[in-house]
Amino acid sequence: MSRQEVVKSNSHMVQKEMITRNYDRITGGTAKVSSTFVPGNLNELLMCFDIANNLPEINAIQNAMRKKSGEMIAEAERSGHSEDVCTYVKADIGMMAKGNIAPNGKPFPDPDVLLLSYTGCFTFMKWFELLREQYKCPTVMLHVPYAADGLPTKNMRDYIVKQLKEDVIPVLEKVSGVKFDIDRLREYLRKSAIAENDLVWMLESSKRRPSPVDCYFGGVYYMGPIFTAFRGTDECIEYYRLLRAEIEERIAKGLCAQSPDGDMPEENYRLVVEGPPNWTSFRDFWRMFSEAGAVVVASSYTKVGGVYDYDGFRHDPGHPLESLADYCLGVYTNRNLPTRVDMLARNLVEYEADGLLINSIKSCNSFSAGQLVMMREIEKITGKPGAFIETDLVDPRYFSAANVKNRLESYFQMIDQKRRAGGSAAAAGA
Amino acid sequence: MSPRPVGEIVAACEEIFEDLSFAKAREWKAAVPGRKVIGYMPVYVPREIVHAAGMLPLGILGGGADMEVIHGDAFYQSYICRIPRSTIEMAINGKLDFVDGMMFPSICDVIRNLSGIWKLLFKEKYVRYFDAPQNFREEVGGVFYANEMRELRDGLAKLGGREVTDDDIRRSIAVYNENRRWVNRVYDFRADFPWKAPSAEVYLLMRAGMVLPPEEHTLLMREYLAAAEAANRAMRDNCRVVLTGTFCEQPPLNLIKSLEMSGCYIVDDDLMLVSRWLLEDVPTEGDPIGNLSRAFLLHSAETAAKYEPDIARKGSYLIDSVRKRKADGVIFAAPSFCDPALLDKPMIISRIEPLGIPYIHIQYAENSSQMQPIREQSGTFADTIKLWSAS
Ligand code: SF4
Ligand code: SF4
Repeated sequence: MSRQEVVKSNSHMVQKEMITRNYDRITGGTAKVSSTFVPGNLNELLMCFDIANNLPEINAIQNAMRKKSGEMIAEAERSGHSEDVCTYVKADIGMMAKGNIAPNGKPFPDPDVLLLSYTGCFTFMKWFELLREQYKCPTVMLHVPYAADGLPTKNMRDYIVKQLKEDVIPVLEKVSGVKFDIDRLREYLRKSAIAENDLVWMLESSKRRPSPVDCYFGGVYYMGPIFTAFRGTDECIEYYRLLRAEIEERIAKGLCAQSPDGDMPEENYRLVVEGPPNWTSFRDFWRMFSEAGAVVVASSYTKVGGVYDYDGFRHDPGHPLESLADYCLGVYTNRNLPTRVDMLARNLVEYEADGLLINSIKSCNSFSAGQLVMMREIEKITGKPGAFIETDLVDPRYFSAANVKNRLESYFQMIDQKRRAGGSAAAAGA
Repeated sequence: MSPRPVGEIVAACEEIFEDLSFAKAREWKAAVPGRKVIGYMPVYVPREIVHAAGMLPLGILGGGADMEVIHGDAFYQSYICRIPRSTIEMAINGKLDFVDGMMFPSICDVIRNLSGIWKLLFKEKYVRYFDAPQNFREEVGGVFYANEMRELRDGLAKLGGREVTDDDIRRSIAVYNENRRWVNRVYDFRADFPWKAPSAEVYLLMRAGMVLPPEEHTLLMREYLAAAEAANRAMRDNCRVVLTGTFCEQPPLNLIKSLEMSGCYIVDDDLMLVSRWLLEDVPTEGDPIGNLSRAFLLHSAETAAKYEPDIARKGSYLIDSVRKRKADGVIFAAPSFCDPALLDKPMIISRIEPLGIPYIHIQYAENSSQMQPIREQSGTFADTIKLWSAS
């Protein structure tokens, strides 16, 4: 078997096929198309109107993994965009300028609607204003307030529900020509909750030793269907069932998590990771961990499209619009820093991790502004050592392999030292 | 008492500006036992509510050009704008120790997370992240916003140990209406006679308004206007520009001076937007919170921190300002790493370019010290405009 084939499990192949199918639908010319974002996406609602779901962030990631994002970013900067801003936006704008070709090789159609579900990041708002300049299509705003005191309030929830009823749904009805049917939405939400149960089971399977999964590098694949155009579908339920069966099999065989090159032979370090990964050198980045036997047992990035484990949220067919509101409010980056700290600290303890690694993304203030404070707080609470690396999402100029590798190596040494010293809190604080 | 000459008024404002320990606000607080001070960051918060609670709204606009940031760098990575790090630095150094609470408006992800840092570091303090609606319909965004203001009112009432009544808020609305009228008068005067009211002076005058109680600031502006009108100052052959993008982290005073020295009169700007955010008087009759809410929804400034639902209106605020102020061009000045300002810029440029409005773009940090390149750039810009308008 080649190296490539080793990592392609059945669920992986199924997912690949699902993604391809979604791109074929988007570019097929028959369905109406909406662009929207991953955090707080309203997939079930879009399905009620038979609207295909296109996610510019995912396109930026796809282009980065194919090493195409660098030239797209350069193109956007040539057209007047600043070096300093979010590189997802520039990758998307550069992609438009370069013909707007989808990963299946066909051109993206102009969206019929931009669904500006404004969750967890202000840049989204500017991003869709910029896309609106290009497409001049209807843009519907769903403003999701920031859960600044840790919990959503009634006022926030009512505001979102009202926007859904009075702004979002009427526009989607108009764009699609399909009348809204709340029972259809309930049915999709019921299906979402089933898949969400298995997703959480997957996330929590890494509490085992060895962990059968990597919840960061592997996690980005596992979360694909539920965070994108499939939440609420039967195939999503099927995907997570299949994934669960695969993981159960791995557990039965006592296997460690997978790496880009097959199963990791042994698990030396268990980490919790905060922040998105780097996409332009994704596999090299992953190998820096797997070659040292480091597995990520929990990460905040697997909560960016919705938090299902921390406080048990599930989409609720009994309260469809309220549950969409709660979902949007509860996305990881829409939670305040004390909550993010609590979430990660609990992960460190409950998943018996050796430490917290922060991958700070240069151009993403939503994640990054405040991470140094978070790291110190989490070290204080857990007594476990933190480490900080800096990369970028899709801009290859900001991934310095040598630098990252050095940092990681010293971090692993630090964990070793702490172990030799008996894992005291004092050593962690040093 | 004979009226103070303009230089003296400006010197007093400069003293307030340079004083990062906020002596004036401390004095205000100490004058009556039990008084409370609520700090707020730019861009917009309803100061009327804070004022109605009997508290001093204190505008905190970073550490400025000269403050050395030592601790702040341990809180923020280098690729984040400077204002949060200098603000944290001030808090850690005890410069804000007399501040009883902080309000963080919804501008961007940096400020949002800064509110969380405050909660982590200063657990005993009142911290309010103040969300404003991006939906501008009264029955949707308006209801949300009014409720947020009520929560703010109740939070402050609890902190202050006394009820905040509708009448209290009505009175404060009147105070701020009056203050805003004078702010606008100063801006109008500067646009009409920019040589009589240099922008660096106007800036210092407005900065004083961040620290002084609004009633006192209003008196100061009246005094300034009278003195500036009376002063005999020479008109220069400068071009007229609108400065935009400076709504949050403030440029160093030297930058404002440099622009003027290089030949540009700033005839409008979005510096300290909070004092000009509402474009019309807020009615003092009826439900005061409803009135504040409607003022925000229907009559507030357009800025990068706000969604513009109507694509046709994007940039119209700036275009109107160029027209109203008879400006010759626009200077986009954005703080480095500022997503809202920098992402908005290409859209705004696409609106002014077809109208033939000349523009340049500069980037700064509150502590930028190299003014020479900026002076050269704006000097060339001014020369080009003059040549162009002469031809
Ligand atoms: S700033 Fe961060 S969260 Fe926001 S769009 Fe960019 S990458 Fe996504
Ligand atoms: S300068 Fe810009 S990025 Fe920085 S806090 Fe202000 S609005 Fe946010």
